[in-house]
Amino acid sequence: MTGELGQVALCFALALSLVMAGAGLAGVRQANAAARGIAVSATLGLLVFTALAFGALTYAYVTSDFSIQTVANNSNTLKPLIYRISGVWGNHEGSMLLWLLVLALYAALVALLGRGGPRLTSGAVGLQGLLAVAFLLFILFTSTPFLRLDPAPFEGAGLNPLLQDIGLALHPPMLYAGYVGLSASFAYAAAALMVGERGWARAARPFMLLAWIALTCGIALGSWWAYYELGWGGFWFWDPVENASLMPWLIATALLHSALATERSGAFRTWSLLLAITGFSLSLIGTFLVRSGVLSSVHSFASDPARGFFIMVLIALAIGGALALFALRAHTLQGGASFEPVSRETTLLLNNVFLVAACACVFVGTLYPLVLDAVSGTKISVGPPYYALTFAPIFFALLLLVPLGPRLGWKRGDLKAAWRALYPALGLAGVAALAVLALISPRTVTATLAFAVAGWLIGASLLDIRKRKGARASAFAAALAHAGLGVTLMGVAGTTAWRSEALEVLGPGQTMQVGPYILRFDGVARVEGPNYIADQGRLALMDGGKVKAMLRPEQRFYPAENQSVSDTAIRTTGLRDLYVALGDDRGQGRFAIRAYVSPLAPFIWLGGLVMALGGILSLFGRLRLRAPAPEDAAESQAQAAE
Amino acid sequence: MKTLAFLLLMTLSAAAAVGESFSDPAMEARARDLQRQLRCLVCQGESIDESGADFAADMRHLVRTQMAEGKSDAQIQDYLVARYGDFILMKPPVQPNTWLLWLAPFVVLGAGGAVAWVTVKKAAAAKG
Repeated sequence: MTGELGQVALCFALALSLVMAGAGLAGVRQANAAARGIAVSATLGLLVFTALAFGALTYAYVTSDFSIQTVANNSNTLKPLIYRISGVWGNHEGSMLLWLLVLALYAALVALLGRGGPRLTSGAVGLQGLLAVAFLLFILFTSTPFLRLDPAPFEGAGLNPLLQDIGLALHPPMLYAGYVGLSASFAYAAAALMVGERGWARAARPFMLLAWIALTCGIALGSWWAYYELGWGGFWFWDPVENASLMPWLIATALLHSALATERSGAFRTWSLLLAITGFSLSLIGTFLVRSGVLSSVHSFASDPARGFFIMVLIALAIGGALALFALRAHTLQGGASFEPVSRETTLLLNNVFLVAACACVFVGTLYPLVLDAVSGTKISVGPPYYALTFAPIFFALLLLVPLGPRLGWKRGDLKAAWRALYPALGLAGVAALAVLALISPRTVTATLAFAVAGWLIGASLLDIRKRKGARASAFAAALAHAGLGVTLMGVAGTTAWRSEALEVLGPGQTMQVGPYILRFDGVARVEGPNYIADQGRLALMDGGKVKAMLRPEQRFYPAENQSVSDTAIRTTGLRDLYVALGDDRGQGRFAIRAYVSPLAPFIWLGGLVMALGGILSLFGRLRLRAPAPEDAAESQAQAAE
Repeated sequence: MKTLAFLLLMTLSAAAAVGESFSDPAMEARARDLQRQLRCLVCQGESIDESGADFAADMRHLVRTQMAEGKSDAQIQDYLVARYGDFILMKPPVQPNTWLLWLAPFVVLGAGGAVAWVTVKKAAAAKG
């Protein structure tokens, strides 16, 4: 019953999204106030029916209703409740439904809370309606999650054990909240082109921030998962699927900065529009790359050419349509803002140049091998060394400039004064570099530089926070986000430069050394989890003759899925991770043990968290500040009066 | 198939000749560096240094055997490229069909810089 209910709900949702698109776009005309009302109601209806469909599917997973094909293929009764729920989006069909649900949520937010003129909001809602139509058609025709199986099997096939993990249970909803969040900025940008609204950046900003926060958290979660789950101590692999999430983040970051200038002084207005369009386009391309199976990885659940083709058409229409609109209408929004070469505007412009170039690295690095293979049949690999030579220096240069921006005034800044005010940060940078050189071996140039830059970033942020106490929340938020960059940079540099590792085959009672730690292997025990059996290694962390702590890495075998995964054991001091993975059985009770000591590893994700906090602070600071700024308010009123 | 048999043979002899790690730390560091530069062909974007696949283990033996024979890093890489193509290199070689790959980021950076330059000039001139 629930399956049919879900399917019917999706059909209603399709009808409502058609109304939403039609009414919303009609509402762009000033006279059509009634259409605008209809669009809002349709949006809420879409949310209700999408939530109903999603709820029906979740219910089917929770109750293990194996008469539904996706449930039978991706779940089983042995799974703990949380992974039965996360199993809903642990497959192609369910994840598309999640995508739609998030889209409906954002559309409802835009419809109810969206500021800016009524025509702008209506246009944005209409465009999100169009996106909902496209995704609903995609779901209903190529990937419905409610197909029935007859006869229903007694037990389901289960979920890829790699995905049965709390990090990966939360990672997709987070990432989707980011990807789809960019659809709101995209819709606002395209609507602004339609109605010629100059104040769009202010209206779209809360959604840009939401999307950026979610992307930051989603990427950090994914990287954290890769770190503790894959068992090699790495945190970022430049895997195409990781890259697919990094590109929208880079562009969203550029957009946040560029839109700041647009909002403030009307500078870079068309450029911000283009970034908003690009950001969501990259989200769509990322989805296409991941979902179509062009890139094979743990993320691509199903490779079906019909789906790939459908998404490709969708991307072509969305990007092509938006760019055509841009080409035709961008000139109506152009306004020559004036600013001096030394000013906040210029630094924001440079920020964008570096971020876009960094994004270009990732884009080319991800797609070039695919294109080259398609064109000439030559296969090449683009691995970490490529990004170390292209992405890293570009991003590094960007980080050097970060502290200057917030200290230069709008329109005209005083470079000398800004520089002088930054002396303490420069001092901190020097101290950090010297400390690294004096205290930690091996000495490496990159790590020293990275710590100098981290000191520079964090020092400048501390100065900002101290000086601007009581000032606008946005300044504080920016300082926090920039400090987060410094924290992450320290983590990356620390793990990369000073990681020690050991790989040994140990029998019971034998010891190994990794970094400063001595580990004694106490053999392996068989333990049972809710839906797996595991070989659990016992490694005693020794302190003199005493056992200081036990580490228990596991090799888990999931009988339902007939797959094994390793589960690492990590003991962290906050400054340093001791990381142990259990390798294969070498006979006679001997096992291969991999151990790593990763200095500062937790900083990588801590920095991400700090950045996200900066975003959240900026969002709430903004929501509290209801009164619009003078320039844009005058403009939107003028728009509304038209 | 022939390569596979050859590899197998190499592996067997390598297993006898070379252990899992060199006792000389400098040699070991060199081996690890080299392993990180080589892609495991049956994995998803992992290097042979970090992959748990049998293929990667065989490759590691092959690399270490050749190192023990006194071959240079470049010689070992050339040897592998001749057999498996450029695909095995984590760092794509700089050659005509990868010029675009290597230059694109810096072209974008340069173009962006130029656009920024013009924009700033214009904005400064627009001041009234």
